[in-house]
Amino acid sequence: MLAIVDYGVGNLFSLQSSFAAVGETAVVTGEAEVLRRAERLVLPGVGAFGDAIERLRQAGLDDLLRIRAAAGVPILGICLGMQLLFEQSEEYGLHNGLALLPGRVRPIAGAVPPELKIPHIGWNALCFPANCPRHPLFCGLGEQAFAYFVHSYYAAGCEPWVIATAEYGAPLTAAVARGNVCGCQFHPEKSGRVGLTILKNFCKWGGADEC
Amino acid sequence: MITKRIIPCLDVRAGRVVKGVNFAGLTDVSSPVELGRFYSEQGADELVFYDITASAEDRRLFTDVLREVARTIFIPLTVGGGIRTLQDFDRVLKCGADKVSVNSGAIQNPAVIEQAARRYGNQCVVLSVDVKRVNGAFRVFAKGGREDTGLEALDWIARCVAMGAGEVVVNSIDTDGVKQGFDLELLAAVCSRVSVPVIASGGAGAPAHFTELFQTLPGVDAGLAASVFHFGEISIPELKQTLRQHNILVRL
Repeated sequence: MLAIVDYGVGNLFSLQSSFAAVGETAVVTGEAEVLRRAERLVLPGVGAFGDAIERLRQAGLDDLLRIRAAAGVPILGICLGMQLLFEQSEEYGLHNGLALLPGRVRPIAGAVPPELKIPHIGWNALCFPANCPRHPLFCGLGEQAFAYFVHSYYAAGCEPWVIATAEYGAPLTAAVARGNVCGCQFHPEKSGRVGLTILKNFCKWGGADEC
Repeated sequence: MITKRIIPCLDVRAGRVVKGVNFAGLTDVSSPVELGRFYSEQGADELVFYDITASAEDRRLFTDVLREVARTIFIPLTVGGGIRTLQDFDRVLKCGADKVSVNSGAIQNPAVIEQAARRYGNQCVVLSVDVKRVNGAFRVFAKGGREDTGLEALDWIARCVAMGAGEVVVNSIDTDGVKQGFDLELLAAVCSRVSVPVIASGGAGAPAHFTELFQTLPGVDAGLAASVFHFGEISIPELKQTLRQHNILVRL
């Protein structure tokens, strides 16, 4: 069973529907009991980092996610959900994250030329690092795969775990993976066929780095 | 880099698309779900659903339709029409909208932009503005372009962006329906005034108008149109091929 972690931020209707569209049943729940039994977990998120991590903490879901990650359960963070996987974020002050991945979430402003608009919003091409094999999440995607992004902060200091970037005056982290923990900055549930392929791949993924 | 977006706009009344025409493979041209899926498969980068109903009953039909669209189409969805309060934002976001476009509602009550941006984030709040020249000045019109508000358009747009509008749809009443191209003069003025994404609307009659738009004004992020797509005068795959041939980055 796949569970989408519901901790009171954002609308999870599209995300749940997109799993249904690829033939997978996704349960939307904030109940620890259910999340403990889930075979895979999706951590969504919109809004601000500090508020989101505080909600996870108050619900006791931060420890639960760490325990499940350590147990080898495949975990996919999406957008802010991906950012929460990191050690820290600089969004409106300094906040600690789940620390499932090394790195820090920083403002895009300052990392890209000043004439570029913030947030980074729209469709951008995924660039896959040339020096390592394509991650299983991206199996079956063509050379030009576009994904839909909406964000003002990006994950930095996580270079060894970056499995895709998006070029926006600088290569911004678009997806990361280490062992059974992965995340996408873009919204697969809003990225058309490309996004659905990635979600389907996640459902089949055993948590390894190879296709 | 970010691609230029092509956005068809669907007017919905009583749960049905207004102005639908026949496309091969579409059994029900006035079904928002079918037409939306058709455009999504054709490569539309985003869909705008505009609720042009007035009655409460029709509004319920609209949200039912929206829910069905969000269940089956996985690209960004923007919803506009009759958005006046935070409750309106809430209603359509819960049905699967990603962004909410506000026009006359913001003119009546500008604070709704600030409130919505604070609650849902700037990226969620789209300002839609109908602009017409009056004695050489750009003026904001309300009620579907029927009423001159007296507001100076560039000041109004800048004010709304300062309050939290994350995107601006600029619809030129002067070029709308004329099919001679977008209102480049107005759009250039908007682009130099605000730094959020600008979506051009009104005037597209041929793929060349989109090429001209993006080549002349690199600051414009997207082109929106309705009837030229609905009547098959411009096909989205051909439009995107044309843009690519002119080295304009699009999602294919």
